[in-house]
Amino acid sequence: MRIDCKHVWQYISAYIEGDVDAVLRAEIDRHLETCEICSAVLDSTRNVVVLLADDRVFELPLGFSRRLHERIDRELGPAVDT
Amino acid sequence: MAAVCPNSEVECIRRILSGEKQLFHDLIRPCERSIYLLLLSLLKNVTDAEDAAQETVIKVYRNLHLFRGDAQFRTWVLSIARNEGLGRLRQLASRREESLDAATDDQTGDHTPAILTSWREVPSEALEQKELRELLRTTIESLPEIYRNIVILRDIEEMDIRETAAALGISEGAVKVRLHRARAMLQRELAPRLKAFAPKRKGLRWGRA
Repeated sequence: MRIDCKHVWQYISAYIEGDVDAVLRAEIDRHLETCEICSAVLDSTRNVVVLLADDRVFELPLGFSRRLHERIDRELGPAVDT
Repeated sequence: MAAVCPNSEVECIRRILSGEKQLFHDLIRPCERSIYLLLLSLLKNVTDAEDAAQETVIKVYRNLHLFRGDAQFRTWVLSIARNEGLGRLRQLASRREESLDAATDDQTGDHTPAILTSWREVPSEALEQKELRELLRTTIESLPEIYRNIVILRDIEEMDIRETAAALGISEGAVKVRLHRARAMLQRELAPRLKAFAPKRKGLRWGRA
C-alpha cells in the first residue's frame, strides 16, 4: 500500500522521535524517496527542532541565578552547617 | 551537567535534610533553567517568571522531606513550578474574570505544514543572529499555552516524553499529540521565514571560512 502525503504529515513528529514501528517507517521512507514536498517538510521540521534545542534561543535574564541563590541563602539562614 | 552533589540526588537530599543545608544550592542549580522557562511559558512575563521561579525554589526547599525518590527530582520540581504558575494565573484570571481552560486538545486549528519543494538547512551558527533568536522566541510565545509548554519542556529543555508528561500532569499520549501539533504549527510559521537565514547557495559554507 502506498501512503499519501497527508498520511506522512501525521507522523512527522513521531518519525523524528523514532516513535514509529518498522513497517510504517519503511513506508514513510519509501514515500520520501520520491516526494520532494514531504522530504522538505520533514527536513524543515527537523531543522526547527534542532534550532530550538540550542541554549541561545532562550537565555536566562542577566543576574537571574545570582538573585535566586541570594534568595536561597536568605531561606537557609546563616551558612553554618551542623 | 556535572553535579557537585555527591552520589545521587537522593543522597544529596538526605544530607541536606540532616543539616548540610548549603548543598541545596548544588541540588537546584541543574533545574533552574527548566523552572524559569516553564514559568515564562505560563506567565509570559520575565519579571513574573523570575519571581515565581524564586518562590518555587523556596517551596522545593521547604518540602524537600516530601520528595519520594520514585520520580526524577527535576520532574517533581517542575510539577511544583507548574502549580506555582497556575496558582498565579488563577489569581490573575479571577481578577480579570477570565477563564483559564479555554485551550484544549479539541481545538482543531490548522496542523497542515507549510508546503515546500526543497529545504536548505539553517545551521546552528545562524543563531548568532539576534533576529533569528527573536523570530524563534516570538513564534513559540505565540503558540497556545498547551502547546507552548510542551515545546519548552520537550524541544527546548530536551526532556523525554515521560518526564514531560509527569511534569505537566498529562498522559504520554497527550504529550505526543500536542508535540506533533506544536511542531506542525512551528514548521508552518517558521519554514517560510527561516529561508532568509539559510546560507545563500548550496555548497557555500556558512559565514566566512
